[in-house]
Amino acid sequence: MSARDRILAKLRANAPQSPLPVPTSQLDAHYAARKRQESTLDRLARFRTGIESFHADVHVTLEESWPELLARLCAEKGVSSLLYGAATPAGERLDAAAFAAGGTTLRPWAGQVEDIKADLFHKVDAGFTQARGAIAETGTLILWPSPAEPRTLSLVPPIHFVLLDAATIHPTFFDALRAENWAGGLPTNALLISGPSKTADIQQTLAYGAHGPKELIVLVTTREGATQ
Amino acid sequence: MNAPTPHTVHAAQGKPAAGQPIAFVSAEALRERVHAAVNDDHLRSSFRGAMDFLMAKRAAQFPDESELVSLRSLSEAIRQYSLSKLPDLLEQLEANLTRNGVHVHWAETPDEANAIMLDIARRHQAKLIVKGKSMVSEEIEFNHAMEAAGIGALESDMGEYIVQLAGEKPSHIIMPAIHKTKEQIATLFAEKVPGVDYTDNVDALIQIGRQVLREKFEQAEIGLSGVNFAVAETGTLCLVENEGNGRMCTTVPKVHIAITGIEKVVEKLEHVAPLYSILTRSATGQAVSTYFNLISGPRKADEKDGPQEVHLVLLDNGRSQAYADEQLRKTLQCIRCGACMNHCPVYTRIGGHAYGTTYPGPIGKIVSPHMMGLEQTHLLPTLSTLCGACGEVCPVKIPIPELLVRLRGEAQSAPHANPAMVGQGAGYKPLVSFAWRMWARIYAQPGAYKAFSWLASRFRVFSPSRQSGWTVARTPLKPAPKRLRDMVRERH
Repeated sequence: MSARDRILAKLRANAPQSPLPVPTSQLDAHYAARKRQESTLDRLARFRTGIESFHADVHVTLEESWPELLARLCAEKGVSSLLYGAATPAGERLDAAAFAAGGTTLRPWAGQVEDIKADLFHKVDAGFTQARGAIAETGTLILWPSPAEPRTLSLVPPIHFVLLDAATIHPTFFDALRAENWAGGLPTNALLISGPSKTADIQQTLAYGAHGPKELIVLVTTREGATQ
Repeated sequence: MNAPTPHTVHAAQGKPAAGQPIAFVSAEALRERVHAAVNDDHLRSSFRGAMDFLMAKRAAQFPDESELVSLRSLSEAIRQYSLSKLPDLLEQLEANLTRNGVHVHWAETPDEANAIMLDIARRHQAKLIVKGKSMVSEEIEFNHAMEAAGIGALESDMGEYIVQLAGEKPSHIIMPAIHKTKEQIATLFAEKVPGVDYTDNVDALIQIGRQVLREKFEQAEIGLSGVNFAVAETGTLCLVENEGNGRMCTTVPKVHIAITGIEKVVEKLEHVAPLYSILTRSATGQAVSTYFNLISGPRKADEKDGPQEVHLVLLDNGRSQAYADEQLRKTLQCIRCGACMNHCPVYTRIGGHAYGTTYPGPIGKIVSPHMMGLEQTHLLPTLSTLCGACGEVCPVKIPIPELLVRLRGEAQSAPHANPAMVGQGAGYKPLVSFAWRMWARIYAQPGAYKAFSWLASRFRVFSPSRQSGWTVARTPLKPAPKRLRDMVRERH
């Protein structure tokens, strides 16, 4: 008998005859009681307050002008190398010349991580990804890395730029995974990100840039023309 | 604070951990440790400060009492529901993880778990394993097992890295280095990290750790992590963290091994949302952690990064014993937030190391007896004032004080056949038991009680001047010269 069979046999021998009822109604009731009537911009404001409290920078812009804003922010931060996924709708809009004017070289991700690991750890200043959505309640970004946008883009470079469409901000995590039916098909690695990497492990003193990005910069696009 | 005489389950199995305080200390050593900790002013003030800070932060996260009430009750219901279907959910989890390309392993004991992981490490000729935070890996002494086989196991959570560098164990399940001051850490880094000068600037210290560990993330062949929730319906492993070291360990090395207790499974992905919310708020008073990873498989053929192999080790180590008893099963509801220890007056005064177990504080006192047996842990449930704070703050409403009373009973009652726990009756003393039985008999009969109290008050001069631990710091107990009934009679 394998360890698996022994463990399962011990559990089965003592499991309740009939399992408890599924707590779905309690789950629904909890979130329904806390539902808000709010516009996209209200939701964006809540998201912004939340993520800024975690030390992220948020820039609100129009859909047509974010590439320009990203190039400007890279120049301001002295980013000499920006890694990104070229085969994405956002990636396709990046113009190498506009970045070069500010001293930033655009570097599209090429090959497997093993091929570029050393550069990724030592030479890339910033990574750029798109968010699948966000969560207003906690100020959290939702990222679903993909073949076009690998996981380490948002992890290894010291600065992480994220593009977020304000229309994709959900009220809560629960709403996000319900509305988008995450259970129907998750990627190999989905992520919720709320600010740059941090720790309070030394004498409860908060310090940023523990292992992941030291800076998280969110470019939020709106269709309503909200200002920065 | 090191164990005076390391006496561990693993030592008993031939695996002494030279030079390190290890997972278990004997009852005698426990008394000495508690005594030493209580008399350590520095330790008491540092834990007092840290726990006050954490209690205030948690309280601030729940401004709406009705939300807290609803969320606790929902979280309790989800955990109890999951446990009520545990064997089925484990099978569903295994099937879905396997479908996703994850290798699932089962281990009844720490040795089995270590053997499984050692085998994986050997197959990949690994020299270095970087570890995210995992209390289960502490529970099985993973680092020692790997080191004994010539494989480096490096902690990458800053707090864990610090305690590993110091040759210690975590003193808290969420904040492993909470017992250390920044000056102590500065000295440690200056002594142990090559090329580092003394600095007690926290940002600088974190950057030193970052630099050292980044190199290791790049080099390591294997990354190890714990699991906060395992989702059966999707075959997903959820990992809660702030530092990004968990992401590094599960993303950069070519192999990711996750290890978890069998109780961490939930059925549906949506069940994770409330549990995650109440976990971070209860633990460190954060609205949310910086990162929440949902890992559902290794790198796919068209993906450019991520581990090429993912393994999950499901560990029993006494959990199925807790599962077997309806009352003790509630122990397994735990989501490892550590709120019970943050609010425990005993933990606050003695710190985590005094317990000598992997899991300290109130939760440690109810899980450790299942992992180690009551022979070795029967004094643990007595390290409690039964004030009820742990039960009151528990996000999943584990009735910890009730379970402590139950465990005290299991330890002190006469050994019998088919006990609910290994080591039942370990603290049983026939003489003490006889005395209590007599006491009960006398108090149950008015005549006997009357005679007894008359004798006690008349012969009070014979009461002993030394009364075990009581008279160490107090005057001896003596019966009153007059019984209450005599005083009442005189008044009327």
